[in-house]
Amino acid sequence: MSPEKGNDLPESEYSGCLKTELTLGLPGGPETPKSGSKRGFSETVDLRLGSSCEDEAQVVGWPPVRSYRKNIMKNCKYVKVAVDGAPYLRKVDLEITLAISSNVVNERKIMDSSNGTEYVPTYEDRDGDWMLVGDVPWKMFVESCKRMRLMKSSEAVGLAPKASSKGLSKS
Amino acid sequence: MAYSFPEEVLEHVFSFLSSDRDRNAVSLVCKSWYEIERWCRRRVFIGNCYAVSPDIVIRRFPEVRALEMKGKPHFADFNLVPEGWGAYVHPWIRAMSEAYPLLEEIKLKRMVVTDESLELIARSFKNFKVLVLSSCEGFTTDGLASIAANCRNLRELDLRESEVEDLSGHWLSHFPDNCTSLVSLNMSCLGSEVSFSALERLVARCPNLRTLRLNRAVPLEKLPNLLHRAPQLVELGTGAYSADIRSDIFSNLAEAFSVCKQLKGLSGFWDVVPAFLPAMYSVCSGITSLNLSYATIQSPDLVKLVSQCRNLQRLWVLDYIEDSGLEALAASCKDLQELRVFPSDPFGAEPNVALTEQGLVSVSEGCPKLQSVLYFCRQMSNAALVTIARNRPEMIRFRLCIIEPQAPDYLTLEPLDTGFGAIVENCKELRRLSMTGLLTDKVFEYIGNHAKKLEMLSIAFAGDSDLGLHHVLSGCKSLRKLEIRDCPFGDKALLANAAKLETMRSLWMSSCSVSFGACKLLGQKMPRLNVEVIDERGPPDSRPESCPVEKLYVYRTVAERRADMPGFVWMMDGDKALAFS
Repeated sequence: MSPEKGNDLPESEYSGCLKTELTLGLPGGPETPKSGSKRGFSETVDLRLGSSCEDEAQVVGWPPVRSYRKNIMKNCKYVKVAVDGAPYLRKVDLEITLAISSNVVNERKIMDSSNGTEYVPTYEDRDGDWMLVGDVPWKMFVESCKRMRLMKSSEAVGLAPKASSKGLSKS
Repeated sequence: MAYSFPEEVLEHVFSFLSSDRDRNAVSLVCKSWYEIERWCRRRVFIGNCYAVSPDIVIRRFPEVRALEMKGKPHFADFNLVPEGWGAYVHPWIRAMSEAYPLLEEIKLKRMVVTDESLELIARSFKNFKVLVLSSCEGFTTDGLASIAANCRNLRELDLRESEVEDLSGHWLSHFPDNCTSLVSLNMSCLGSEVSFSALERLVARCPNLRTLRLNRAVPLEKLPNLLHRAPQLVELGTGAYSADIRSDIFSNLAEAFSVCKQLKGLSGFWDVVPAFLPAMYSVCSGITSLNLSYATIQSPDLVKLVSQCRNLQRLWVLDYIEDSGLEALAASCKDLQELRVFPSDPFGAEPNVALTEQGLVSVSEGCPKLQSVLYFCRQMSNAALVTIARNRPEMIRFRLCIIEPQAPDYLTLEPLDTGFGAIVENCKELRRLSMTGLLTDKVFEYIGNHAKKLEMLSIAFAGDSDLGLHHVLSGCKSLRKLEIRDCPFGDKALLANAAKLETMRSLWMSSCSVSFGACKLLGQKMPRLNVEVIDERGPPDSRPESCPVEKLYVYRTVAERRADMPGFVWMMDGDKALAFS
């Protein structure tokens, strides 16, 4: 799976500073994962559906990072996502994000290339329902998604698409 | 009776002097030494292009072969210098095209270079060998094509971090088939894809190629082709470090790396797929310089890689390395001299990685040769800074950026005066310092008292009053460059220390409290300083004299007032007549 350039990602229709840009951080903040949490969920964090556009930075030229370094990072979209069985999001992260864009519509599966495990991206929407990513149009997904979880394909059997009852009734 | 050596003998002796300081000292001995020296000076370094004019340089040194020059002030890197401010190289190229037909080298930093300038270089200097454009802008790949096509003996073409308008990758194909002289090629800042076969053939026919820094568009699968044709490479910058995960690609890559027995430096590493990192393990033990600052890989992969590089002297890396990775670095790399840790998410409100002051403390403890640090983080404490200072008294460059402006010691909530005070007190060889965090006038007192070898100081969101600035200007004997933003420093300290400014290269102050009136006064009192007021709000005299200026840039000069100022720059002349403008 070769990385796509940023321009091709679906969210590029929200290019620039618009609010629904998916820009998220990696897990692994100062807190260590709590042991005993079920299914390694400790790193589940909400998707931050906020703007990270540098034009909205409060202060010009701060922090003192050169523009070509900022640009490198802008192309790098990373996702705080819980992955079944893994306390941290490590190798899966960036590749996942790129994979989501291409696989969501086509295959609805993501493979962690380092170990061949297949995952199905799921998300919890505003109503608290767990849905398969790709069931609803991308825009609706971005607007309604509260958090994501990558379930191992083998365990995702019970999750039927509920899109038909949701997607079409929303304007 | 005059016991003097014949000129030729003196010239021969002077030829062993490479440092400008030594040559300048020699020039002052007597008139005849001045004359002999000036005819045999071959290299000129101009730290500020506006400090002197082309005519003055050419008149004094008629036989120059190499010019190195810097233009915009450092804060231009962070967009604080408006577009169009200046630093145009063309007048220099024009003058030198006539005066120095034998010119071989031009190295520029933060200057505006046009295609016209590049074409003039290509046409004018038959023996041109070295072009280094560091953080420059204003030219396109068409200009590069002229250089490639016409400079028969080109050895170095290095575009490091320049902003090039990338019209196409076709420029590389302009190197003629009989060009075999390349020693160094750095095109890492370019976006467009070059013809790979042209690149391959160029690399193959240049047996002295030592440095090759590719751009992102060169695919990883093709890297082995280049490495096999240049096994003598000492420095390699990869392109994108990603490919479909296939065993043949991996084995080709691993084998290609293994033939490069001279590799000492690695860079590039955009879009890293970690699975391909082990392919370079065979070269790691020889690596002394590693730039992973574009590599978005996580701590475990970073640690595996860095732990193999036992002879590492310089590491540039993203904060994905985290405290744990830096601890591993400290344990493995005992020769480390320079560490730069860049922020992966500089604009995020929350920390995204587990990197704190502890990482830097670990490295300061474990790496006895550490002398140069650039560190971005989100928290710092006085205790940590004191520990670092005590661990590494031979520190030379210390640049700390705590991302939140005016962040206090996170443990005690006090200012970080004590910590930075310990740095300047313990590190007596310190030449460069950048400070952030909550800082009062006290830290400047420490700096003024202790930082006697400090040459460059960068300050942001710090200090309480003019006293802070006064401590620095009156105490730092060796100060050459001072850059300040968003500090409550005003007229008093500046005017009281006006004479100091003539001993420095330059002073930058933006978003401070220096009034227009004080700038005018400074310009009047100090004819050998250029006092530039940079203000995009319109003419400063349309506002009260007490109104602070947006930006102030003061530098010593022996040139006449510059003729290329844009509409938002006002020169504070005293009695200089404006009749000539």
